[in-house]
Amino acid sequence: MDDNTIIFQPAPARPAPSNRVGPRAWLRANLFGGWKDTVVTLILLAILALTLPGLVDWMFVRATFFGDADNCRQAGGACWPFIVDKFNVLMMGVYPQELGWRPAVCAIALIVLAALTYTNRVRGIVLIVAWAILPVFALFMIGGAFGMREVDQSLWGGLMLSIMLALVGVIVSIPLGVLLALGRYYGPPVVKSLCVAFIELLRGVPLITILFMASVMMPLFLPPDLVINNLLRIQIAMILFSAAYMAEVVRGGLQAIPAGQTEAALALGVSRARTIAFIVVPQALRHVLPPLVGRCIALFKDTSLVIIVGLLDFLGMIKNASLDTTWLGFQAEAYVFAAFVYWLICYSLSLYGRELERRGPSAQKR
Amino acid sequence: MHKIMKLGTIAATAMVAAGAVSAGTLEKVREAGELACGVSEGVPGFSNPNSDGVWVGLDADFCRAVAAAVLGDANAVRYVPLASKQKVLAVSSGQVDMTSRTTTWTMKRDSAEGVDFTAVVYYDGQGFMVSAEAGINSAKEMDGATVCVTTGTTTELNLADFGRANNLSLEPVVFEGKREAVDAYALGRCDALTTDMSQLAAFRTSFADPSAHKILPEVISKEPLAPLVAHGDNQWKDIVTWVVYGIITAEELGVTQANVADMAANSADPSVQRMLGSSGDTGGFIGLSSTWMLDAISAVGNYGEIYERNLTETLGLERGLNAQWKDGGILYAMPIR
Repeated sequence: MDDNTIIFQPAPARPAPSNRVGPRAWLRANLFGGWKDTVVTLILLAILALTLPGLVDWMFVRATFFGDADNCRQAGGACWPFIVDKFNVLMMGVYPQELGWRPAVCAIALIVLAALTYTNRVRGIVLIVAWAILPVFALFMIGGAFGMREVDQSLWGGLMLSIMLALVGVIVSIPLGVLLALGRYYGPPVVKSLCVAFIELLRGVPLITILFMASVMMPLFLPPDLVINNLLRIQIAMILFSAAYMAEVVRGGLQAIPAGQTEAALALGVSRARTIAFIVVPQALRHVLPPLVGRCIALFKDTSLVIIVGLLDFLGMIKNASLDTTWLGFQAEAYVFAAFVYWLICYSLSLYGRELERRGPSAQKR
Repeated sequence: MHKIMKLGTIAATAMVAAGAVSAGTLEKVREAGELACGVSEGVPGFSNPNSDGVWVGLDADFCRAVAAAVLGDANAVRYVPLASKQKVLAVSSGQVDMTSRTTTWTMKRDSAEGVDFTAVVYYDGQGFMVSAEAGINSAKEMDGATVCVTTGTTTELNLADFGRANNLSLEPVVFEGKREAVDAYALGRCDALTTDMSQLAAFRTSFADPSAHKILPEVISKEPLAPLVAHGDNQWKDIVTWVVYGIITAEELGVTQANVADMAANSADPSVQRMLGSSGDTGGFIGLSSTWMLDAISAVGNYGEIYERNLTETLGLERGLNAQWKDGGILYAMPIR
């Protein structure tokens, strides 16, 4: 190679113009892009300036972190020892506390499985089986099986109960919802009208009414020897309610699959059942992932309604805790804590939903 | 929808009432080895789980007393929290053996709804709380006052009745829930707060400075709270009724949780001997063992002790109407003999 060869050297890139980078540009792009943005930003800043100092003052500055109810009343701020003292009952209600390790084991199992699912370590059939087994395992652990002391379901409560109601509700109602949607979309006329009737009936009635019927009215119509306990009745009511909504969500997905796909599959000699099971449903579910996750979150939040039928779920225990005679007057702390826990769980769920959308094959198509 | 449900409820209740269910609650409880006792979902001083997840309060203690008298074990209770709408149906349909949950004894409930009341465990009544600074000493001085009250309750009606009867112009400020009414009062939106006396006391202790608020002496309504049992099982009704009377009588006779064993062995008072089973067999009258009251009092103490533990120490509630008849109250238990 000749020494005189000049190798092309591109000039070093010049820095971006100063109005494109740096904090000023960021402020401009995000907060003060035009007069409308500026007005909104200023209004929001004003609201923050009005509320935040008071909130910080209450939550941290004047708050009590150690001590008892009297310390709290003197300090005047938030009373966090109240939450610490009540933590056990908030988590598991009036469940015998010496057996508290049993729900704890279930909680750990749930967290581990959730983490494995989120990081995509388990998938496919293993994933489905694991999630189907988890509630059964929890039922045996918490209720007492394998020779452990039996704990009656009237003692289950707190966050444990909320999560169980939601988890079982979601796991059972999704397949049920898919079946209902298929029945409504593909079924013969009789099945179709039954499915429509079920879905529209359940969707046309508020959840509170369904819970109330299940809890109060149902025992009157059942024969006296047939005793279904209150919790199970409520669980079934929630599953049916949720399934009706899930079915409508799934139907939306079914409608989005072009008819050409079914026709092509049938023309190739794939049976109708296989076409639906392996071609239509998987795609349909993928399409409706965001609203499906939304329904799961909604179901979890709906569990807080069970207080009207005397089940002491998380929110019920929150209310109860603030009525304890030693800790009267700290309901604000209790509800702040409840809001935080609900937010934590719902936000995790929606993060997972977003992750699924990102990961799914539909993302590549777009 | 609401109307339809209401109709359904009435029809269902009528069915149950006509069927006169659940003879043999005693056998059912013995067979199950536990008492299913309906309690409220949380009323301070009456029934509420404490930080250890144990139900405490006056109502919870009466569940314990009945369980001790019937089964000999005060811990053999399954507490079933019942919402207000559920309580009557839960009893009449046999989901619970009894309730002990701040339920006012009214004619309609006692007759038309298929349940029976037993004996009053607490005489409550609607009262008023005002700021101590206002210098008001009687509810009759409240002319022109604004009063925080919960909507749709008898509380609201009682307030209107009281104003009309005493020629006072009281302006109700109506709230959806009790808590909202209390918070509004605490923020000074009304001059007075009205609800049941026991609840007023509970709310007062929750204020930053309880001494800045005063509960007025007037009680403007009758709220006798009593345990419920299903209609039609007379033996079971007798059991619950007489356990309550026994607990009240124990205070009258000076029998306490601490001295009950000693009294049973050594007391020369025939009333005490009869009650504790050292002479005669009062338990046999209602199908229980002769040590029924011995077991119950050993477990929860007498009425005074229950009251002191749950209402006076924690909420600072005076005995008031709930003092023994000899001490100026109206607590008057029927004689056990």
